[in-house]
Amino acid sequence: MSGRADIAVVGGGPAGLSAAVNALARGKTVRLLSSGKTNLKHAENVDNYLGFYKITGGELMDRFEEHAAALGISAEKGKVLNVMPLGGYFMLNFAGQIVEASAVVLAIGTAKAREIAGEAEFLGRGVSYCATCDGMLYRGRKAVVWGLAPDSAEEANFLHSIGVQVVFAAKGERPENLKPEIPFIPEAVSEIVGEGSVSAVRTGGDLIETDGVFILRNAIAPTTLVPGLETQNGFIRVDSRMQTNIPGLFAAGDCTGAPLQIAKAVGEGLIAAQAAAKYIDSLGK
Amino acid sequence: MSTAIVYPNLEEFDQLISGDKPVLVDFWADWCMPCRMLAPVIEQLGEQYQGRAEVAKVNVDEYPELASRYRIQSIPTVMIFDKGELAEIIVGLNSADVYTKALDKLLGE
Repeated sequence: MSGRADIAVVGGGPAGLSAAVNALARGKTVRLLSSGKTNLKHAENVDNYLGFYKITGGELMDRFEEHAAALGISAEKGKVLNVMPLGGYFMLNFAGQIVEASAVVLAIGTAKAREIAGEAEFLGRGVSYCATCDGMLYRGRKAVVWGLAPDSAEEANFLHSIGVQVVFAAKGERPENLKPEIPFIPEAVSEIVGEGSVSAVRTGGDLIETDGVFILRNAIAPTTLVPGLETQNGFIRVDSRMQTNIPGLFAAGDCTGAPLQIAKAVGEGLIAAQAAAKYIDSLGK
Repeated sequence: MSTAIVYPNLEEFDQLISGDKPVLVDFWADWCMPCRMLAPVIEQLGEQYQGRAEVAKVNVDEYPELASRYRIQSIPTVMIFDKGELAEIIVGLNSADVYTKALDKLLGE
């Protein structure tokens, strides 16, 4: 699908699916962008979602997805790395392409990203969150890839293929798909050190000299995702219409705060979609 | 290409940043997605500040000398120069007001 969609929904959990279904019900074109990693899939037992008692999270997610699919909504799988408000429309950096939409609903769940020492200080000075974005700037130089997301090994392989001297660090086992030429350290990165720019990272007890470090987490903090977005205690600040501080940008579900429950997510998805539809109608006037 | 944006080569660059007006330089590359997302903002700044400030774009692949001179390690990186001096470094994708605030501060507005 090309051209500008009315509404891009980021996140394929209960809030995102509810938003997509309800946006469609309002006659809007929708693109549903999802990493496919919904927390609900791992819930053993759901007992407080009305009408669906004694059901597993996986079964309930299947029902939600079936409902969306029956309406012709299928999630496009991939990570959204940036959402850029451009006054009247948005650009989203999604799986290596640019997606445009008039309004956006963020249903990104909770981000449990704990910053490490030196991370903020050296961001853009050796610290990067995106191999495909900044990789070229490290050709012929050293970079540590700290893999915290399932697809991290692929990104490390990409960096290696363009001529970066890659070292892969991650707690646990060496990923099977990591190229054999790439050295592996079975430790997390605990600190980033340098002066002006990154000179080394600490993994376990060792200090490893490097020009850069790619931190590849699953979760992206909302403020990193959307420039200028206001948050409160790490949650996206919204009003009763699920509108954020940025016109045309709405949020729903766990990312807006407690209670982190399915019923709340589904309800907020509905409100966000209807508010977004109304917003789009107001643009045309 | 917008007429409000300048695309200096290596020689023109030094001349440009030592002029009377503040100069905002966007360091970018074709393969950089966030750079493409920032492009409409840069275009808009070029028009908004026409006559008061210069807005320039430098492709780091075409001018690696400039990228290494300013130790660019992440793009987009926006640098603002005032009478030849580097006044501000803004790394990454930011909302338009981050750039306008920085320019307005230099312009005394």
